Amino acid sequence: MGFFLEVLIGGLLGGVLYALVALGFVLIFKASGILNFAQGAMVFAAGLGFAAAMEKTSAHMPFALALATSLLLATGMMLLTAWAIERFVLRPLVNQNGLTLFMATIGVAFMVEGLAQQIFGNNIRRIDVGLPKTSMFILESQFDGGILVNALDLWTAVIAALLVVALSLFFQNTRTGRALRAVADDHTAAQSVGIPLNWIWFIVWSIAGGVALVAAIVWGSKIGVQFALTFVALKALPVLIVGGLTSIPGAIVAGLLVGMGEKFAEVYLGPSLGGGIEQWFAYVLALFVLLVRPQGLFGERIIERI
Amino acid sequence: MKKLYLVGLAAALAFSVDSPARADGDQFIPILSYRTGPYAPNGIPYANGFVDYLELVNRRDGGVNGIKLAFEECETGYATDRGVECYERLKGKGPTGASFFNPLSTGITFALTEKAPADKIPLITFGYGRSESRDGSVFRWSFPLLGTYWTAADVIVQYIASQVGGVEALRGKKIVHLYLDSPYGKEPLPVLEAKAAKYGFSLTPMPVTAPGLEQKSQWLQIRQSKPDFVILWGYGVMDPTAMQEAAAVNFPRDRIIGNWWAGAEPDVAPAGEQGIGYKAVMLQHGAGRGKVHADVEKYVVTAGVSRSKPEEIGQVLYNRGLLNAMLGVEAIRTAQAKFGKRPLTGEEVRWGIENLKLDESRIAALGIEGMIRPFQISCADHQGAGLSRVQQWDGKTWKVVSDWIQADESLLAPMVKAAAQKYGADKSIPAFDCTKAQ
Repeated sequence: MGFFLEVLIGGLLGGVLYALVALGFVLIFKASGILNFAQGAMVFAAGLGFAAAMEKTSAHMPFALALATSLLLATGMMLLTAWAIERFVLRPLVNQNGLTLFMATIGVAFMVEGLAQQIFGNNIRRIDVGLPKTSMFILESQFDGGILVNALDLWTAVIAALLVVALSLFFQNTRTGRALRAVADDHTAAQSVGIPLNWIWFIVWSIAGGVALVAAIVWGSKIGVQFALTFVALKALPVLIVGGLTSIPGAIVAGLLVGMGEKFAEVYLGPSLGGGIEQWFAYVLALFVLLVRPQGLFGERIIERI
Repeated sequence: MKKLYLVGLAAALAFSVDSPARADGDQFIPILSYRTGPYAPNGIPYANGFVDYLELVNRRDGGVNGIKLAFEECETGYATDRGVECYERLKGKGPTGASFFNPLSTGITFALTEKAPADKIPLITFGYGRSESRDGSVFRWSFPLLGTYWTAADVIVQYIASQVGGVEALRGKKIVHLYLDSPYGKEPLPVLEAKAAKYGFSLTPMPVTAPGLEQKSQWLQIRQSKPDFVILWGYGVMDPTAMQEAAAVNFPRDRIIGNWWAGAEPDVAPAGEQGIGYKAVMLQHGAGRGKVHADVEKYVVTAGVSRSKPEEIGQVLYNRGLLNAMLGVEAIRTAQAKFGKRPLTGEEVRWGIENLKLDESRIAALGIEGMIRPFQISCADHQGAGLSRVQQWDGKTWKVVSDWIQADESLLAPMVKAAAQKYGADKSIPAFDCTKAQ
C-alpha cells in the first residue's frame, strides 16, 4: 500500500509539470484558435534566457536582486518574442484557416530553437532559484520506509496552482480576458466590434511566454536547461487531448490523470510488457478519450451548422 | 543592386561551408557530428576534439607525410536517417572518396554496417556499435576500436565484484540495468545476462524511453526493490536526470556505475551536488591534458581556428574526439607505408586500420601518454584491446579510482564468435580466412 501511494503521489506531482506546459497550449488555443507547436521551443528559449541572465547577474549582485533582474530580462525576452511572432508571422495570416496557422507555428518552433541555440549556445545551463530539492518521507510510522515526496515536485505543484488561479481570474474577470475569448470564437467578428486583434494576439503570446518561463524554471531546476526541454511539449499533447483544448482546469486535471496513469502503467504493467511503456501509454489514454469524448473531458462541444 | 545581392549570397554560401578548402591532392575525412538537438552537449566537444586534431596535423605537420587532410562536417542530430543521408552525401567526396566514417551513433552504425562494405569504406566505431563486429573475419569493414559495449558491460560487472568481495560474493546480489530504450541501451544485455547466469546475481533490466526526462517510475521501483548496484546505460539528458532521481530516492551515487558514454562532464555537471560519487568505466582515456593538447593550443587555438571553449579542451568527450581522429590519421599513415604517400582510397585505409599498431614509443611521440595503452589491430581482432578503468565524479572533475581491468575473454570471445557467425549466416557473408590476411 505504501508503494502504491508513493507511485500515486509521484504521478500526480509529475503530472503537474505536464499541466504547466499544457497550459501554454491551452491559453493560445483558447484565445486564437491556434495549436501552438512552438510552445516547447518557447520553454527552451525562456529557460536559456533566464539561465544566461542568472549567470551574468549573480556574479555582480546579491542573489535576490540577481533573481529579480533575471526574471525581468527573461520576461522582456519573451515579450519581444511574442511581439515578433505577432508582427512577422500571425499578422500576415489573419483570417487564414487553422491548419495554416498551425503550420506557421511549426516554423516558429524551428526559428525559436535555432535562434536560442545560436544566441546562448548548446551547453547545458543549470538553474538554481533556491527551490528545495530534498526528499521527504511521510507516514513513516504507517509504512516501512515511509512515503517519498520530493520537495521540488511539491513546490512545482504550488506554483502551478497559483498560476492557474491567476490565469482563471484574468480570463473570467478582466476586459482583456473576455476580449481574448471573443477573438477565439471568431477573428473577424471580434475585429468588427472593435477588439484590436493584433494587440490581443500579442497579449496572449506574451502570457504563453510567461507560462513557458515558469515551466522552464521548474524543469530547468530539475534537469538543467537543455534542448531536451523541447520534448516536454510532446508530453503536453496527450494532456491537451484528454483535458480538452480550451479548458484551463481541463489541462490541470488531465495533467494529473496522465501523470498518474503513466506511472501506474510503467510500474504495474511495464514489467510484463518489457518496460518503457509510459511514453506511449499517455497517447493510448488520449486515443481512448478521443473515441469516447472527442472534445476532451473538459473541452467545449463544438456543434457546427453544415 | 541585384549584383550586390548575388555577391552577398555567394559570399554567404562560401562562408557557410564548415570545412577548409579541399584541394585535389588532399585526403578526405568525412565527419558525422551532432552540434544541435538533445544530444548536442555531448556531440559538440567530441566534434571539436576531432576537428582540432585534424587541424593540428595540417598546421603542425603539413598533413600526413605531406598529404593534407580535407574534411567536412555533416550534422546528423544523432538521428539515424540523417546520419545515412550524411553518409551518402560525403562518401564520394575528395579525390579518392571518404577515407573512413565514424558514425558516432549506434543506430547509424547499424544502418551503415551493410552499406559500407558495398562502398568499400571502413567504419571506425570507437567504443560503440555492434559488439560482435570486432570479429574481423565476418565484419571486414567495421572497427570498434579499443572497446565494445560488451567489453564495458563485462568490466562493470568485474568492478562491482571487486566492490563486494569478489565474483563469489556476487551470488544473490541484485543489479538493475537502467538503460536508454534504444539499440545502444540494449546492446550490453546478452553479456549482463550471461554474467548473471554465471555468477548468480539477479539482473533487472529497466528501459527508459528516450530522451530520458521521465524516470520517476523506474527509480520508485528501484527504491522498492533495493538493488545493490545500478548499471546506468544512458546518454545525454538521461544521465543527470538519473542522478537527480537517485538522490530523490536516497540511492547512493557511488553504487551507480555508468558505461563510458555515460561518463563525461555533460552527464554529471547538470546534476550538481547530486552527481557527486557517481562512477563510470572509461574507454581507456579520461579527462586531462597531455603534450598533444599543448600542441593544439599552440597551433590551432592560437591560430583562431578552433571552435572549442578553453575549459572544454581536455574534457572526456573532447579527448575522445581527438583520439578518434588520431587513430584514423595513424591508420592513414600506416596505409601510406604500404600504398605510397598519396591520397588513399577507403579500401587502402581499411588495410591501414587493420594493421594499426601503437606501441609505447609511438604513444609517447603522439603526446598521449597515459591516455591509452599500447594495442594492435589484426584481421581477427578489430577491437585491439579490451581494457578499461573506473572513474568517479567528485563534483568538479573525474578521478580514476581503479586499476586497469581486462575484460573476461573466456566469456566474451565465444559470444563474439557465435554472434558474428550468426550475422554472417543471416547475411550470407562467407567468413574470411584471417591466416591469409596480408
